[in-house]
Amino acid sequence: MSSPVLPRGSAKLGLTVNAWLIYLFFYAPILLLVVFSFSADKNVGRWGGFTFDWYREFGQNDGVQSALGVSIRVALVSTLVAVVLGTMAALSLERFTFRGKKVFDALLYLPIIIPDVTMAVMMLLFFAQFFDLLDAWFGLSLSKGFGSIVISHIAFSISFVSVVVRARLAGMDDTLEEASMDLYASRWQAFRYVTLPLIFPGVAGGALLALTLSLDDVVITQFVAGPGSTTLPVFVFSLIRRGVTPLINAVSVIMLAISIVLVALSLFADRSKRASAKVSN
Amino acid sequence: MTVRPTADFDTAIDAAVSIGRITKKFGDVVAVDNISLDIVDGEFFALLGPSGCGKTTTLRMIAGLEFPTEGSLKIFGEEVGMLPPNKRPVNTVFQNYALFPHMSVIQNVGFGLKMNGVAKSEVADRAAEALEMVRLGGLANRRPSQLSGGQQQRVALARALVNRPKVLLLDEPLGALDLKLRQEMQEELKGLQRELGITFVFVTHDQEEALTMSDRIGIMHEGKLLQVGSPEQIYEKPSNRFVADFIGNTNLLEGTVQDAETVCLANGARISVASDHPAGTAVAVSLRPERAVIGKHESSGNGQTSVNGVIRSVTYLGNAVVYQVELDWMTLEAREENRTSVTRREPGQRVSISWNPQDVAVVAE
Ligand SMILES: Nc1ncnc2c1ncn2[C@@H]1O[C@H](COP(=O)(O)OP(=O)(O)OP(=O)(O)O)[C@@H](O)[C@H]1O
Ligand SMILES: [Mg+2]
Repeated sequence: MSSPVLPRGSAKLGLTVNAWLIYLFFYAPILLLVVFSFSADKNVGRWGGFTFDWYREFGQNDGVQSALGVSIRVALVSTLVAVVLGTMAALSLERFTFRGKKVFDALLYLPIIIPDVTMAVMMLLFFAQFFDLLDAWFGLSLSKGFGSIVISHIAFSISFVSVVVRARLAGMDDTLEEASMDLYASRWQAFRYVTLPLIFPGVAGGALLALTLSLDDVVITQFVAGPGSTTLPVFVFSLIRRGVTPLINAVSVIMLAISIVLVALSLFADRSKRASAKVSN
Repeated sequence: MTVRPTADFDTAIDAAVSIGRITKKFGDVVAVDNISLDIVDGEFFALLGPSGCGKTTTLRMIAGLEFPTEGSLKIFGEEVGMLPPNKRPVNTVFQNYALFPHMSVIQNVGFGLKMNGVAKSEVADRAAEALEMVRLGGLANRRPSQLSGGQQQRVALARALVNRPKVLLLDEPLGALDLKLRQEMQEELKGLQRELGITFVFVTHDQEEALTMSDRIGIMHEGKLLQVGSPEQIYEKPSNRFVADFIGNTNLLEGTVQDAETVCLANGARISVASDHPAGTAVAVSLRPERAVIGKHESSGNGQTSVNGVIRSVTYLGNAVVYQVELDWMTLEAREENRTSVTRREPGQRVSISWNPQDVAVVAE
């Protein structure tokens, strides 16, 4: 391999400046956010001395606490369902031929392309009609809330999961499944002992993606959330409308921390997996 | 070990695999075309043919990885044509080995036993034993990616044999190995087969490999099974043109059958050779280069077991010398062992090519 060429003179200076600019764009806002989440002044952007008050309030504010709870539950449930359904969709598309496969394939990608707002309006309409129908036919009166948020999140997460899992499946040698069945594995055992372990990085990646998407979503959730069940991002949004306090800085920092932990986890999982593959004998 | 009868191959009574009029179509492509074949218990059977002739498809149908479009498939008398692979008493060594990359060598080998519900301690013992058998005892905890091609090959073999299958299927298992290793593995495979007495069905497109290793060979071409026989039968008495040409080198002298004893060659010469084709059939007389005897011009004279020609080129192979001899209607190849007693010929020399009547075979389309 050729050794990398080191930049010199003005090129070196330009690259250095560029790097610093990028860091500035990326991290200055984050830094500001973190700093001001410890500011005692009631105004969001003014420094009033160091305090933990906003974090204390985060822990005590019922609205924040219930929104956080909803967010986490929605994210967990929708991720779980989306991972199962998305993986199954990926498997059926990669392993089998069936009628309408091309159409199914194309439709599966749709939620990735559809703008959030469109998706949100679609879901809103859907639930309105659906609840009316249930009411008319079975006399059930349901309203938007936890269930509708979860269903909407599943709807957009499935696509992302199946795309990630499919990429992994496509790279897998399918004689491995045949070999396992030749060695007396049933279809389920072949999946359990051969396919799943081999596509696991894809499944885990898809799950993390679904988790992050669900935790971050504002637009769609805002349309389908009902009174009494809002997720954290939607709650923050409504806080801004009511008048901003540095509480939202603290909330944002905590959400940022959760995201960072998730990403770190995924990196760590990947790393340790590779390491364990290397270290043997 | 019991001594098995080798002469009587026609009886389907002790057939390990019995294939009856099997056809496999992929859409419009007929991959396997109405094949019938009995593979005897305990024999080393090779399926030989050029690329795309349907060898792999046949093997995959026996394994259960492909289902026949038509026909019956029995393993030790039991119809299995539509059984899934995990319900069949056969195991496969795949061409690319298909070792599970996320499992250690020993886990790979123990996989079949585990799936079969064998107790854990027994799985460990038998897997270790199988690894010893292929001389890989020390590498039990490695991953397949940390093994050489030959070692992976042995793991694949152990992984299949540990289950004590009634029939072992091998799809070009030596295809990816270099020549030296290939020859080593040929011996090892043959030895294992003799020792274990398991029926081996071995797919290859390498005729030398098939000839040296097999008890019997089946020659396939374009989905059809052209001839089944011992290596000698296939080489000495090919049943048709394709087989004669595919196995080894041969000269095909075109002609037509005159009567049961005579074939009239394209140049009008009548040569005496036995054939069971009706008079008038277009045939070729197959003469192997090493069976062609080079002699003095016009020496044998009678024209019944010789032809005259001129040497066009001489190729020195070290252990042998190959001559291209031009007749006025075709070119023949003749091969002489490189012994000091044999005189070397020069290009341009006029010679005769003769043969023993039992050394040639008459083949039709
Ligand atoms: N899954 C499939 N779909 C369509 N056609 C197939 C399929 N599998 C095999 N074929 C066709 O069937 C024919 C026989 O294929 P097969 O793999 O049995 O050949 P082969 O004798 O094993 O050749 P090779 O020596 O190259 O491995 C080929 O023409 C091939 O293109
Ligand atoms: Mg093949």
